Order: sequence, then structure tokens, then C-alpha cells
Amino acid sequence: MRKNLNVIAAYSIMMGLIILVGIFQSWNIALSIFNLCLISAVMTMGANIQWGYAGLINFGIMGYTALGGLAAVLISVNPVQEAWSAGGSNILFSLLLIIGMVLAVRYVLKKYDKSKLRTYIIATIIISGIILVRFISEPGIEAIEEVNPAKTGFLGGFGLPIIFSWIVGAIFAGGLAFIIGKVALGLRADYLAIATLLISEIVIAIIKHEDWLTRGVKNVIGLKRPAPYEVDLQQTDWFINLVEKFNFSKLNLIQDFSERQSALNQLVIEGSSIFVKLCYSGLFLVVVIILLILTQKALYSPWGRMMRAIRDNEEAANAMGKNVVKQHLLIFVLGSAIVGIAGAMLVTQDGLFTPGSYRPMRYTFLIWVMVIVGGSGNNFGAILGGFAVWFLWIEAAPIALFVINLTTSGLADTHFLKQHLIESVPYFRFLMMGIGLLLIMRYRPKGILPEKIEIK
Amino acid sequence: MDFINAIILLLNYIFIPALTYGSQLALGAIFVTLIYGILRFANFATGDMMSFGTMAAILFTWYFQSLGVSLGVLPTALIAIPFAIIFMIFYMLLIDKFVFKYYRNQKSPPVQLAMVSIGVMFVTQAVVRIIIGPSDRRFFDGEKFIIKAGEFKEITGLNEGLAIKSTQILTILVTLILVSTLFWFLNKTKTGKSMKAYSDNEDLALLSGIDPKKIVMITWIIAGILATIGGTLYGLDKSFKPFTYFNNMLPIFAAAIVGGIGNPFGAFLGGYVIAFSEIFLTYAYKKFFMYVLPESMEPDGLVQLLSTDYKFAVSFSILVIVLLYRPSGIFKGKVL
Repeated sequence: MRKNLNVIAAYSIMMGLIILVGIFQSWNIALSIFNLCLISAVMTMGANIQWGYAGLINFGIMGYTALGGLAAVLISVNPVQEAWSAGGSNILFSLLLIIGMVLAVRYVLKKYDKSKLRTYIIATIIISGIILVRFISEPGIEAIEEVNPAKTGFLGGFGLPIIFSWIVGAIFAGGLAFIIGKVALGLRADYLAIATLLISEIVIAIIKHEDWLTRGVKNVIGLKRPAPYEVDLQQTDWFINLVEKFNFSKLNLIQDFSERQSALNQLVIEGSSIFVKLCYSGLFLVVVIILLILTQKALYSPWGRMMRAIRDNEEAANAMGKNVVKQHLLIFVLGSAIVGIAGAMLVTQDGLFTPGSYRPMRYTFLIWVMVIVGGSGNNFGAILGGFAVWFLWIEAAPIALFVINLTTSGLADTHFLKQHLIESVPYFRFLMMGIGLLLIMRYRPKGILPEKIEIK
Repeated sequence: MDFINAIILLLNYIFIPALTYGSQLALGAIFVTLIYGILRFANFATGDMMSFGTMAAILFTWYFQSLGVSLGVLPTALIAIPFAIIFMIFYMLLIDKFVFKYYRNQKSPPVQLAMVSIGVMFVTQAVVRIIIGPSDRRFFDGEKFIIKAGEFKEITGLNEGLAIKSTQILTILVTLILVSTLFWFLNKTKTGKSMKAYSDNEDLALLSGIDPKKIVMITWIIAGILATIGGTLYGLDKSFKPFTYFNNMLPIFAAAIVGGIGNPFGAFLGGYVIAFSEIFLTYAYKKFFMYVLPESMEPDGLVQLLSTDYKFAVSFSILVIVLLYRPSGIFKGKVL
């Protein structure tokens, strides 16, 4: 108990802050911060597995998040039959061609020794394959995009419950990570960072511009939900009764019947959105707890010890007969898959998929700030980092506004400096993140909750 | 005649824009490579440092414009650049003193310094957006074109026009002057040689009496000059928007690595490699083939290898190919 005191203290402070937001701003805001904190926590756990356990830098978090989101779309949206009949066969045929191309390249790679001729053969296969695929898929893509472009214009998905997409998102992200890992994991740490950053940009570019698959920048809205809809809740009796019970004493103060009814209505509307958010919180909490248990088990298992050994001294671990390349690839895939889950969760919560909103600052570098600030190598630290940094990210604007008003209180409201500062309040969050990161790296380089390995 | 038309077409849409864009990338890539060679870390704040320098140049330009100072046909920003450079160098030395120096003295691993540079990136980005805002700004004044497309058609009697913007010529000229001065400095002067020695082998350089503080300071000064000029030229040619500058970091990194990171000459050429391949692969060649091929063979489609949306994909693919086949870049890296 005593040695975990700082963990408990840090988490109580964090929960206290969120409760304070609930009391002073509104419970709605507090819960939406809490939900996104949980999603961020999943992302940081994924990044922490890679960085904290194995020392791999992955600046491609944005790409995996977006792939998770894409999974949510492909799983939950109903299939567009017209589009399938218009261009589905072309797309399927191109897919087969791509698979055939990959198999052919693999065959050549296995069959022949490294030589100039082999390089040329592979180049010819790839180039002619690309030309062929474009030739076949282009009419199909055009036909699909012409099917009712204002509403669909894409193939749609499988029409399954959106919860499945959390697993599929993980598979997608893990698959991408496998390919990237095969190509890039041999690189030096800083090259790997740059390479993953570039790959994530490419993933976003593809998602943004391949309209037949993702609707691109036209966005997909109105995704299915695992939680009830507010409008339905407001009309069900048990929910109204529940709200009435909760606010019994408050409602009893109102004598007039019609006034009491309208007050109740107001409470039901507020309550319904809080209830929906609570449903999400429950679902997310389950994911976070399952992942936490798994990652903790992994950290203290022989496998976790081996990963740390590889991280701390790659050559020594290699000399002891550990397959460094294979383990790096494994952990790269696992961490990315967890990030993919988070991406699917994010889209599930928002109920919409907007490829244009994926920016590296928000989805890659902010997650890294969370990992570093929270404490790399320590799962509790990573989750705390997710909570603390996301909380600050949201509450930075009100804090900045308060500070600006305080420091410029001597100036008139129309003074240009004060107006300019108030206009640029949204950018102070970058400043706070940067200064926070620099201070933590300087004075507490292991994070708020540093890595602590006990031998059991 | 058709053949000349085709060549003018390529000059107008591929060659000159690529040369300009390549020069802008090259300046950024030399900046990355210098920091990597001497301070030994990948600087993720590159794009934002360039946008900081450009912001300073814009602020000085506005000040001069309000005073009524102008260069006539040339943009006012040219007078502003020296002042912006001084401002920028001051900012960089400040950052170095308060942030990077500590880790350098601790002999931290490069990865940690890269993380620190992400902190600097956040701060710089915030400072730029707070001071000048996130919106798109054009600060070019003076004569826009050297030759307009219409005039060129009239003079030569060709179907295709060749438009040369003054910013394009300005960019190429300034880059050539700056880069040749830099190489002269690195190869011929004593300070430049000591920088090379320091980059090659730190301990040996210290033993032979080279002052590391001086080397680091000069590196930041050169980096400041490169970042400000590169950023301002990009802003003059296109426009200034902090987010675009942040994104430019990716092709710049690609250029530096392709050229062999730590090697300024490689970075210089790497910039052009990236720029030319990006524009070559995303240009629609339909019109070109219409001139070159007989009428019966004219293509139906746009004859575009890749849509322009996939510009990043080009620089990345080059990066991957180079890293797989020549991990140290086209030119051997790590010999400043």
C-alpha cells in the first residue's frame, strides 16, 4: 500500500480535478473530458508498449488512429448495394491483382539470389501491376463515386454492430504496423521516427482521397451507436422515473404542476446526454482495465523482462540468443494494434468519421507528450499522462483566458494587446504543452510516475 | 514547332517550379543536416523554426512598408531579411542556452534530444500563432513577373507561354549565392574546417584545441540564417501559413536523409531530388503528349502517374528506396 501511495495520490488528484470541472462547469463537460481521457489512455498505453518496453520510436500514431476509425466505418455502415453492383467487381478484381502481385514479388525474392536482374524483375512486376490495377479499378471507382454522391458515393461497410470495429481496428492497425515494421524497423532510432511520421501522412492522404472507400473529406456521419440515443431515452418511462427519483427533493420545492413538468423535462434532456456519456465511459473503462491487466501481466512476465533487456542493451540480448528483430516487430505490431482500438473507440464516440481532422500535432505529438509526461515504461504513468495532458489540453483555453485577464487587468478592454491576446487564446495550449514537456524532460526525465521494476 | 512547344511546356510547369521548390527544400535540408552533424540530433522543430524566421521577416516588412521604404521592383522583404536573421539568431541562441545546452552537457542520447526538440516545436508553434495568427498571409510586393505568359507568346510566336515569376529567379539566385558562400566557409576558412573536424570526431577535435562552445554558437548562427532565408523565400513564392511550414518538415527531412544526413552538399542536392521527383510524378502529361505524338496516338486520360494529393508519398517512397539500398544516403552521410 505505502509504496503505491504516489500512484493513488496522483490518480485521486486527477479525479478530483475532473469532479471540480463537473461542479463548476457542468457534468456534461466533465464526462466528455473523462471519456476522451480514457481514449487517450488507450493510445498512450499503445505508445508506451513501444517506447517504454522496447525503446522503439513510433511517430505514426496518427496513421493507426485513422485506420481504427476507418474500421469503425467499414464495419458499421450498411453496404451500398447499388455501388457494389456498379463497381464492386472491378474493385474486387483489382484487390485480387494486388494480392497476386505481392505473391509474385515474394516468389521472385525467395527463388532468386540478390542480383541486378532480380531488382529489375521486381520493378517490372510492380510497375506493370500498378498500371494494370489502375486501368481496371478506374471505371469501377468512377461508377461507385457516381452513385448518389451527396449521400453515399462509396461502397459502404458490412452493417455489423460498431463494437466489432474495435477488434477490426486493432487488426487493421496491426497489419499496417507489420508491413511498416518489415520495411523500417532496421533503421536507426531517429530515422525510424521520421519514416513512421511520413507513413502516417501517407495513410491520411489515402484515406482523404480514396472516396470510393472512405467518402474522403465528405465525411461519414451518423454512425451506429453501442449506446442508446438521447431522443429515445427522453421518451422512455423508466428513464424519466429515474431522473425524477434523483431530483426528488429539488422538484418537490416547485408547487405549480406545469412548472414542475417543464423543470422535469429540462432535467430529462440534460440527464439523457449524461446517461449516454456514462454508457460510453463504462465501455471505455472496460477496455482500459482489460488492457491494463494484460499489459501489467506482460510487463512482469519473462517476456517483459526480455523486452527490457533488449531495450537496455540490444547487443547483449542478441548475444544471449534473443531474436531482437522478431521481438521488435512483435511489439511494434502489438502497440500499434492498441492504438488502432483507440482510433475505433474515438470514432464510435463521435459517431462520425472526418479524415480532415487527423493532424499530427493532435494525434501523434500530443500522445507522445502524454507518454513522456506520465512516465514511460510504467502503465499507470502512461494512463495518468493521458488523463493529465488531455485535461490540460481542454482546460488550457479557460486557464489562459484567466491568466491573460489577470495580467492585463491594468489595460483597457479595447487595448490592442489585450484584444490580440484574447483572440489567440486557443494557441496557448501549444505553449503549455511545450513548456510542460520541456520542464518534465529537464527536471523529471522519467515522468510523473517513473518506471519501477520490482523483482517478484 | 510542336517540339519546342512541348519543351516550353515542361519548362513552365515542371522545370522552373521544381527548381524553385528544390532550392527552398535544399536550404531547409542543409539546416537539418548541420544540426544533425554538429549537435547530433534530428530537429523536429525545423519547420516551425523556419516559420518563426519568416514571421520575423514579415513583421519587419510590414514595419518598413509603414515607413514607406521600398525597393521598387524588388520585394521589400529583402531589406527585412537581415533584421529578421538577427532576431532569429537571438531566438535560437536563447533556446540553445535554456533548452539544448543542458542535454548536450549531460551527453544525452540523440533520441532524448529529438524529444526535447518536440517540446521546442510546440513552444515555437505557439509563439508564432500567438504573435501573427494561423491564417494565410501574402507579403510579396514589387514586380510579380519577369516574363508573363502572354508576352512570351507574343515575342516568340509559340502556342505555349513561359511565365517566370520574379520570386522564382530570386529564390534560385539567393540559394546559389548562399549555398556557395556556405561551402566556401566550410571548406576554406579555419572555423569551417574546425566545424567539420568537430562533426567528424568530437573527442579528437576537443583534443586539438577546438572550442566546442564557439562551434555550437556558429552552427546556430548559420542555421538561423538558413532557416530565415529559406522560410522567407518560400513565403514570398507561395504564402506564409504556419501549418504549411510545419508540414514542409517532411520533404525537408526526406531531402536531408536522401542526400546523406550530416552531409551539406548531399542535402543541397537531396532537396532538388525530392522536388523534381514530386513534380515529375504528379504532373499531368496529356498536353505534352499532344504536342509530341501524332494526332492519332493522343492519350485519352490525363497521363498522370500519381494524383497531386500523394505528394508526400513520393518523397517517402524515395526515402524508403534510398534507405533500403544505400542506408547512408546517396552521398555518404556524416562527413560535414
